[in-house]
Amino acid sequence: MLEISPGYLLNYLPLIISIAVVFGATRHEDPALILRHSWHTARWITGFMLVIFLILCILDWWA
Amino acid sequence: MPSDSSTTIAVDGQLVDLRNRNLAAFLAWLVPGLGHFYQKRYTKGGLFLVCILTAWILGLAIGGSRVVYASWQPGDKRWHYLMQAGAGAVAMPALIQGNRMRKATENGRTLPGYEPLWNGFMAPPLRPVIESEADEVAAWYAQKGAGYEMGTWYTVIAGLLNILVIYDAYGGPLAVPISGRKKEKVKDQNDETPETSN
Repeated sequence: MLEISPGYLLNYLPLIISIAVVFGATRHEDPALILRHSWHTARWITGFMLVIFLILCILDWWA
Repeated sequence: MPSDSSTTIAVDGQLVDLRNRNLAAFLAWLVPGLGHFYQKRYTKGGLFLVCILTAWILGLAIGGSRVVYASWQPGDKRWHYLMQAGAGAVAMPALIQGNRMRKATENGRTLPGYEPLWNGFMAPPLRPVIESEADEVAAWYAQKGAGYEMGTWYTVIAGLLNILVIYDAYGGPLAVPISGRKKEKVKDQNDETPETSN
């Protein structure tokens, strides 16, 4: 599982930027609040994905 | 259409005139961000245009132009297109190609004289498409590998994100949910407020 190419993981970057900015901008009008909300969304999604990744790593290690 | 109080909302301390909401929503679907430009919300319009179209274009670049196509045939029900179509005009060539293919299909098979338009841009695969068989979809997967799947998801996500944008153009920003931490704060404030007796 960990043999995945780092280049493949880079696909995550444009997606997370687009998702976070659209999420932020559909909840606020003020650019500063949009940026803050976007940053919060990006951190939250990334953290969630990392937790799933860690769980999968542990399961892989056990199996 | 002249603006009035029924189309003006207050968000983040700013007054936003949504103008003709239906037209704004339609424009937002047609081109991501266009509805916001119509409402003179230029910053947000620019953000939506760049973010959604970038995801869309990257999807096509990674997976090829065939990641977006319209087909509802046995063995090839392309449900992804229902979400990709949320991105508006950029997904419309697939409808034209899909209709052309529909007319050139008989008994589940593509007629021999069929030629797709625009060098096959967003054209459905030749029929029949049978799961686990060496059909044209299998060839696209073989050519692009994981890129075909990734490109499909990029375009699906772009279409889904634009649905949020359409809502924002129609009704203004979505309500921000109160997080658990904020709920606690509100609860504490309520507890501190002295009760009034009747």
